[in-house]
Amino acid sequence: MGLGRYLVHRLLLVIPTLFGVTLITFALTYLLPGNPALVKAGPLATPEYLAEMERKMGLDQPVHVQYWRYLRGLLRGDLGESATTGRPVLEDFFQRIPATLELTLASLLIAAAIGIPLGVLSAVYRDTPVDHLSRLAGVAGVAMPTFWTGLLLLFVFFYLLGVAPPPLGRLSPDVSPPGRITGLYVVDALLTGNRRAVVSSLYQLMLPAATLGFAVMAPLTRMVRATMLEILESDFIKAAWAAGIPPSRIIYGDALRNALIPVITLLGVIFGFLMAGNVVVEMVFAWPGIGNYAVTSLMSKDSGPIQSFVLFVAVVYVLVNLVVDVVYGLVDPRIRLR
Amino acid sequence: MTPLLEIRDLAVHFAADEGRVEAVDGISLTVRRGEILGLVGESGSGKSVTALAVLRLIRPPGRIVRGSIRFDGRELLDLSEEAMRHVRGSQIAMIFQSPRTALNPVLPVGRQIARLFELHRGCSGHEAWQRTLEILRLVGIPEPERRASQYAHQLSGGMCQRVMIAMAVATEPRLLLADEPTTGLDVSIAAQILDLLRELGRRTGASMVLITHDLGVVAGVCDRVAVMHAGQLVECSDVHGLFKHPAHPYTRALVRSIPRVDREVTMEPIPGAVPSVLEPPPGCRYADRCPWVIDRCREVKPELLPLEHDHEVACHAVEPSNVVPARS
Repeated sequence: MGLGRYLVHRLLLVIPTLFGVTLITFALTYLLPGNPALVKAGPLATPEYLAEMERKMGLDQPVHVQYWRYLRGLLRGDLGESATTGRPVLEDFFQRIPATLELTLASLLIAAAIGIPLGVLSAVYRDTPVDHLSRLAGVAGVAMPTFWTGLLLLFVFFYLLGVAPPPLGRLSPDVSPPGRITGLYVVDALLTGNRRAVVSSLYQLMLPAATLGFAVMAPLTRMVRATMLEILESDFIKAAWAAGIPPSRIIYGDALRNALIPVITLLGVIFGFLMAGNVVVEMVFAWPGIGNYAVTSLMSKDSGPIQSFVLFVAVVYVLVNLVVDVVYGLVDPRIRLR
Repeated sequence: MTPLLEIRDLAVHFAADEGRVEAVDGISLTVRRGEILGLVGESGSGKSVTALAVLRLIRPPGRIVRGSIRFDGRELLDLSEEAMRHVRGSQIAMIFQSPRTALNPVLPVGRQIARLFELHRGCSGHEAWQRTLEILRLVGIPEPERRASQYAHQLSGGMCQRVMIAMAVATEPRLLLADEPTTGLDVSIAAQILDLLRELGRRTGASMVLITHDLGVVAGVCDRVAVMHAGQLVECSDVHGLFKHPAHPYTRALVRSIPRVDREVTMEPIPGAVPSVLEPPPGCRYADRCPWVIDRCREVKPELLPLEHDHEVACHAVEPSNVVPARS
C-alpha cells in the first residue's frame, strides 16, 4: 500500500473519532454546573438581561439544536468566544499554542537526549552502579509531581543559586519577542539572527523544560533498557558479535535501531501527554501556553475555552498517533511493505 | 602441519543461582585442515557452548575457566579483545541455527554482508556491494540484485539460510562453525544447504565444524565425528569407524536410535535424560544411564584414549586391554 493511500485511509478513520470527541466535549459543558450566560453577562446582570443573553447564545434551544449549532461553528473554525478575554477562542489558542509546543518539544528533547542513552547504558551495564542510578532517577522522576519538581528547581536554581531566571514566562521583560515565523521563540530568534532573544528564550525555557523532561524521562529510559536487554540477547546480535562487528556499532547501530521502534510509540504518547499535561508546569512558571489558558478559564467557569482545550487535546492525540504510525512504517521495513 | 584448531582441556562454567553449571567439562578436540568435523550430542550437551567458546563469545554469567584453544598455532585465549574481534567473522565464522532470527530485521540482507567486506577486507562501499552480489549468486540466490536490498522477512527460510552462509563465507574464513544449520528447514532444502556447505568448504579449503544432533547428516557430510554427552567428549573417530564400531555405550545407543528403513530393527531410545550439569558429581556423566557401569565410573572421569587408528573413546568399560595411553 502506498504512503499516500495509507494516509488518506488513516485520515478518513479520524473523522468518526473526532465526531465522538465533539459529542463528549459538548456534553461536558452542557452537563457541567454553571451558566455560561451568567459568566458573560456578569454577576450584576438583571434577570431580563440574563434571559436576553441566553436567547442570544442559543441556550434556550433544545439540546440537539444547540449541538448542531456547535458542530456547524466548529466546521467554520468558530470555537466561540472567551468570556474572560473577550476574544474568539480560536484566536486565543493560536496565540498560545506555540508557547506550549515550544515547552513540549524542549521537554521531549531533554527526555530523549538523556533518557535514551541512559537506557542503553543501563542495559549494557546491567546491575552496575550506572543501572541503579538510572533506576533511582527514574523513580524520582515518576514519583515527584511536576509542580513539586518545578518549585524545587526554582528554589535551588533561582532563589538559592541565582543561576536561573524568575518564572515570568518565555522571555525576560526587557527582551522583545522575535519576529513571528513559527511562533517558537527559540527557533524564530535563531532564524532572525536575534542573539539576545535566543539566549533569553533558552534561559527562560531551561527550568520548565527540565521539570517536564525529568518527569517523562523515566518511562523512556525503562523502555529503552528493557527492549535493549531483549535485543542484545537476540540471535542477530549474537551473529553480529560472531561476525566481528565493533561493539559500538552493534550497540548503537544494530541493537538501538531495533530498540527504537517501540520507543517511537512511547515518544508519541509522551508528546500527547506533555501537550495536555503541562498545565501545572505552565502555572508554576507563568508560561503563557494553552494549559495556563485552560486553567484560567476553568477558574472563571468560561466554558468555551475548556471545551476547545479538550477538543484540542483529542486532536493532538489523534494526529500524534497518525504520525507515529507513519514513522513506524518508515523505520520498520516489516510494516512498510506489508 | 599443525591442525587448524586444537582445543585442549576446555572447560566452560556458568554461574547460576543454584550453583555452578559445568556446561563444558574439559574437552579436547582437534579440527584438521580442510576437514568437516561433526559435533553431535543431545540438546544441552554443550555443543553450541563449545563453538561459542572458540569465538570467545561466552558472556557472563558464563566463563571459560580453563583450557587452551589454539587456532593455526595461535592461542586464542591469550588474544586481546580487539585482536579477537579481527579473528571473528574474518578467520572463524559462525552459521547460526534459525537463520531468520539471526539476520537483523531492519537492515537489508545485502547490507549485512557488504559491511563485512568493508570491515574485514577494507573494501570500498561500491566494491563491497559488487562482491556481495557475487557471493549471493555463489550461494544460489536468484536475482541477487533484487534480493540484496530486501529484508529478512521477505525471504524464505531456505533463502535466509543461504544469506547466513553467504555472510559466513564472504570473507573466506579458514574455519566455519555451523550450528545446526539445517534445523527448521524441510528435508530437500536441508540437503541442498548441506551440499552447498560441503561445496564451499571444498572450494575455499576451509575446515568446518558441523554441530548437529542428526547422525544421518553426519554420515552424509562429515569426515570425522566427535560425540558429546553432558559437557564431556565421549568419543571421537572418523565417520566410518564410528558407525562401524561405535565404542562408547552412549555412541552405541545413539547409533541404534537412528531409524532404519532397510532392516527390521526396532528403534531403541536411550534410557534416561541428559543428566543435570549443575554441580555434577565427579566421574563419567553417562554413568546413570549406562548399562555397563562399574564403580570406577562414578569416581574417576574417564580420559579420551585411542582405541584404534583415528578412533578415541572415553570409557572405563571399553576393553581396557585394547586401550593404549594417548601420550606418555
